[in-house]
Amino acid sequence: MLRQTKYLSSRYNEPDGWSLSAYERDGGYKQAKRVLGGMTRDALIEDMKAANIRGRGGAGFAMGVKWSFMPWPPKPEKPHYLVINADEGEPGTFKDRTIMEKNPHSVVEGCIIGCYGIGAHTAYIYVRDELHLSKERLWGAINEAKAKGYLGKNPFGSDYAVEVFVHTGAGAYICGEETALLNSLEGKRGEPRLKPPFPAQAGAFGMPSTVNNLETIAIVPTALEMGGDAFSKLSELHNLKDGGSRLFGVSGHVNTPGVFEACVGLTLRELIYDLGGGVKGGKLLAVIPGGSSCPILRADDLVSAPNEKSPLFPWNGKSVLDVPLGVDTFRALGTMLGTCCAIVLSDQACPVLAMHNLMRFYRHESCGQCTPCREGSAWIFRIMDRIVAGQASIEELDRLSEIADNIMGNTICAFGEGTAMPALGFLKKFRREFEQYILTRGKSSPNRLTLPGHFAGAAE
Amino acid sequence: MITLTIDDRPITVAEGTTIWEAARTLAIEIPVLCHDPRLRPVGVCRMCVVDIGARTLVASCVRPCESGMKVVTGSEKVERQRRTLTELLMSDQPEVCPKESTTGDSVLHALARRYEATGASLPRGAGRPRDLSSKVIAVDHQACILCDRCVRGCDEIQGNDVISRSGKGYGTKIAFDLDAPMGASTCVSCGECMAVCPTGALVNKPVSGPIVPRRHLKQVDSVCPYCGVGCGLTYNVDVEQNKIAYVDGRESPVNHERLCVKGRYGFDYAQHPQRLTKPLIRRAEFYPKAALSPEVMGNQERGKGRRKTALVSYDDVMPAFREASWDEALELVASRLLAVKKEHGPGALAGFGSAKCSIEEAYLFQKLVRAAFGTNNVDHCTRLCHASSVAALLETIGSGAVTNTFAGIAESDVALFAGTNISANHPVAASFFKNAAARGTKLIFVDPRRPDIARHAWRYAQIRHGSDVAFYNAMMHVILREGLIDEAYVRDHTTGIEELRALVDRYPPALAAEICGVTAEMIVDIARAYGGAKAAITFWGMGISQHTHGTNNARCLISLCLLTGNSGRPGTGLHPLRGQNNVQGASDAGLIPMMYPDYQRVGDPAIREKFEKAWGLPLDPTPGLTVTEITTGALEGRIKGMYCLGENPFLSDPNVNKVRKALTRLDFLAVQDIFLTETAEFADVILPATSYLEKTGTYTNTDRRVQIGRPALAPPGDARLDWQIVAEIATRMGYPMLYEKVEDIFDEFTATTHEYQGLDYPILGATGRLWPAFDREAKDGEQILFGDAYPTADGRAKLVPCDFEAEKEPTSAEYPFVLNTGRLLEHWHTGTMTRRSYALDAISPGPFVEVHPDDLARLGITAGDLVSVSSRRGRIELPARRSTSVARGSVFIAFHFREAAANVLTLDAIDPIGKIPTFKLCAVNVEKAQA
Repeated sequence: MLRQTKYLSSRYNEPDGWSLSAYERDGGYKQAKRVLGGMTRDALIEDMKAANIRGRGGAGFAMGVKWSFMPWPPKPEKPHYLVINADEGEPGTFKDRTIMEKNPHSVVEGCIIGCYGIGAHTAYIYVRDELHLSKERLWGAINEAKAKGYLGKNPFGSDYAVEVFVHTGAGAYICGEETALLNSLEGKRGEPRLKPPFPAQAGAFGMPSTVNNLETIAIVPTALEMGGDAFSKLSELHNLKDGGSRLFGVSGHVNTPGVFEACVGLTLRELIYDLGGGVKGGKLLAVIPGGSSCPILRADDLVSAPNEKSPLFPWNGKSVLDVPLGVDTFRALGTMLGTCCAIVLSDQACPVLAMHNLMRFYRHESCGQCTPCREGSAWIFRIMDRIVAGQASIEELDRLSEIADNIMGNTICAFGEGTAMPALGFLKKFRREFEQYILTRGKSSPNRLTLPGHFAGAAE
Repeated sequence: MITLTIDDRPITVAEGTTIWEAARTLAIEIPVLCHDPRLRPVGVCRMCVVDIGARTLVASCVRPCESGMKVVTGSEKVERQRRTLTELLMSDQPEVCPKESTTGDSVLHALARRYEATGASLPRGAGRPRDLSSKVIAVDHQACILCDRCVRGCDEIQGNDVISRSGKGYGTKIAFDLDAPMGASTCVSCGECMAVCPTGALVNKPVSGPIVPRRHLKQVDSVCPYCGVGCGLTYNVDVEQNKIAYVDGRESPVNHERLCVKGRYGFDYAQHPQRLTKPLIRRAEFYPKAALSPEVMGNQERGKGRRKTALVSYDDVMPAFREASWDEALELVASRLLAVKKEHGPGALAGFGSAKCSIEEAYLFQKLVRAAFGTNNVDHCTRLCHASSVAALLETIGSGAVTNTFAGIAESDVALFAGTNISANHPVAASFFKNAAARGTKLIFVDPRRPDIARHAWRYAQIRHGSDVAFYNAMMHVILREGLIDEAYVRDHTTGIEELRALVDRYPPALAAEICGVTAEMIVDIARAYGGAKAAITFWGMGISQHTHGTNNARCLISLCLLTGNSGRPGTGLHPLRGQNNVQGASDAGLIPMMYPDYQRVGDPAIREKFEKAWGLPLDPTPGLTVTEITTGALEGRIKGMYCLGENPFLSDPNVNKVRKALTRLDFLAVQDIFLTETAEFADVILPATSYLEKTGTYTNTDRRVQIGRPALAPPGDARLDWQIVAEIATRMGYPMLYEKVEDIFDEFTATTHEYQGLDYPILGATGRLWPAFDREAKDGEQILFGDAYPTADGRAKLVPCDFEAEKEPTSAEYPFVLNTGRLLEHWHTGTMTRRSYALDAISPGPFVEVHPDDLARLGITAGDLVSVSSRRGRIELPARRSTSVARGSVFIAFHFREAAANVLTLDAIDPIGKIPTFKLCAVNVEKAQA
């Protein structure tokens, strides 16, 4: 059900909505002050658990639970760190950027509360290099907060020191992976680490750390103000422990692409037609629900969940477009909610060319560490090249699946699966289209619409 | 303990054991590309995946065993996965694999054969380049599978941090520094990357002949002939060609398969065409004797338009000699030496042995001089090396050897390195020090010239040349003032604390800071770290010993160590890093003028009597002359006849112009060597000897580890084993030396000693033993000495207070720079061996002087310009090199290069106790050379 909200985005259209005065006018920093003013860590974490904030970066892990993983009490020789992942680089995803540019103080306040929650005194916000305005706004907010005495040795007069720093990435997609991000933050090459140890045991600089997505930390003051349980109940999926409201993005073949804030429970149909203004140029063919790593869904797919225990049971037999966008519901659909930023393909687009383009991206962005991913992503693209050029045979589609299968679960980080899953998804959902394309050497391709943005030039 | 099954076989392993390791103990070989037991597992190649019944396969090299786990190492799913991976990797391999076509042991190609994967089922990618810029290693990026082994080999094993990955995705490749060509990078050519590479990406370039699979070659387990570290290695020998094809690092307690550039690539000198193969006798027309080549003639006669050469010009020297039979040559040597003895007395004879000799050769040589010559005038290059350290150690703790092995640093939380450029001079030991630093040991360096390894330092103090005593006195001052002294240890194990206290009381950090040119805070910081350490270990090198106050320098370090109780326990100890491969062994064997084997004093009647009985004749009761005194003696006409075995004093002794005169004045000089050395130009007879690579012998490394060097090659021409030449001369001089084999000499030697009791060839085996090793049942000898008492009269160590003394030759307006000399990674001493090694010479072809950029600018000199460096004793010309390792006002020259011999400049003043010259300090002037 579509219920738009205005927690993070209330001042998005105000010219100075990002300033401290605007933020404080709307009640900003009251929660940080309350937390540092005497709230116990246990109470804070319990409230956050009750809020059921599922990580907004793609994996959907429960934030409160993640905070509780930190060793307690902190040892003096092992300082804790809060690390905010704002390396927003997933194709089709552009939600965190709006928060940094238009509501940076929510991030700073979230960092203060987060630091307290995990026993840290330092937070690093790792921002993708290209987002210059975001960095500027974050630094501006940090400096404003510091000038007001909200950061530093004695924030709000308390003795719980908090410092927040912005750290600039260097433009590698892999640095959005939390352990690669930690390496990059330490000045090392951005490559994922073996787990265990997990960041809560040995994260930034080898110290216990929590890595949260930027939107995740920005919503914390809101959840605290409402009370965790009340916040969670905004969501239609409260019972699935997927609470609150969040940002949804939509791009591709829609009339009004953009970022919208709404309660969890929104469906793809609502996102595309009510918020995205409907499909542009043709009929809806397919949707990549949450960033390019999520397997694609066809518009004509129906839910098959006859088992009562399935989170999808209530939507059994209905269109996938009517399933509420949730971490567990979309996992059950065989795809992922990801970053909740959907990419829409109309039937004027060619799925073969779309996959070709995506695979170029993954070939370029694999960190190069694990053989299956580095070599596999290259070979997938090379075979896609042959298909697009009309040189491939049908058998090579099986080769593609085999290589993609070889990547699945066979790499240090999830990037490998992030490459293989969309490839396997395209091959499964569009097998007929791929075969037609190969047999007709591309003449079957509609290719009357190229995709905007990241997808431009797919058939070069 | 954890119990699991692997391929249905139960096994119980310690917690933390990986599946791959557990499988190995069951002799189940899981294929792997990115892992090697010496490396930290990274789990990137994914070849070692196994099935544990989970959603996905797991990488066995990184996955720890879990209780009840059921591991299947070769299911169909697993094999399919491996086959696909191999196919992916093979599809981009070069047509001819550089490894398959040389050593033939590509791990990847072995897998390809197993899985019948040719890579043909996939389209080939765009080619990747080769990089042939390194002198010793060929890089083929096309063959690289990015397994990360070379990265870890370089960064984590050797601590050189040169190799990394660059780029991302399919464009990822290994890169040297910031993606420089390998030959232009900071790579030190240790070859570790090549040794761990499982494909043809990094392979050896041939050094002395074609590289072929090991099975076509003979493997000879031996020990490296270069430095005191004594790395175990295996020569792969082409017997037919009598050539070493390549070298592998060998598992040994010393080096654990690691090698450096000299050990891995510097083996071809023995095949150099200039090897001496026939005895040579000086022709009558070349008397009176003089130098024969322009470089050795010196400044006055120099030049005549000819370019200076890196090696002795045989065309210049050979015409002065004629070939002779062994019989004639040996007879001549024996008769001339006897004639000198008869005419001038035994005291007019002297012998120089060498620390490159084996223990047996050293023992026999000193026996020859003592018994057949009848004098104690026998010495070797230890005099130029650690003589002062040994003097101080014998005086204070009663033993001149190290009290702990260098590997002992693994248990130290602080390590002090005084005046030692270890990454150049003990590169493999340095790699273990870097490993310790990575694990958290605080490395402290005190040195006027910044050593490369200082980038791993916790603190580096760039003190002024020769200010060591003030620095360490101030450290002790702080330690005493702040109560960091180990009272109980000092009370129970030392004498002289009050005298020491009174002296160091006069050295507050502020005063020392002024003398040393570092901040007082630096001294206090270092003193606190050292004094507060649970276990601190102390290493030092030539920067301490080669001074006119070298003995004082060493005494201070010893006091510092004793004061804090850092001796006799794990992680503690005194370790003067030995330079030559057998400087410890040659000294142990008595190749020093005041001591018989095992440091038994010549002047002690009881001891002398023991040796007189053993050797069957009366011996000279007066201690002999040292190296530097023998040279002076020759100059003054007191020494008339000399026998020089393997030493090249012309280049290695200070003040070359003085040495030249001394050598010219000798009535008779016999030189035994493998090449014509500069010294040999003054010889009456030259005896062709065998190289290290051609003989059997024992060598004692810096740790006191006695190891056997084994012959890899046949000697050239008529060259003879050194010990046989020495024995023959003794016999012909009327003192018969009859030995059947080299082991007999070793046994005779050990019988005269205490410390070598319990050692013989069979027990030394492949990895040798540390002495003392009295317990033959034990796995090894003693690593840590003197836990209970010191081998002194009262069982206590002596604290010897020392005052700071000003330098013998301070800088002046005329000579405003301080000259520091030393060695380079690629070269060995006077370059006789290394400059004849293709690879080492190619990497480091010539001399240079390091000058600080500010001084260069001030003097209007550009890096690369030819400059003239002069001292009160001589002048040399060589190119300038820009370096921030040297301080302003000081310059550094390596002494390997005959065409610009640093020792033309050095001062021959000596330490009054150790008799060691002050190689590390003299005043020079630097100016642009006249065009």
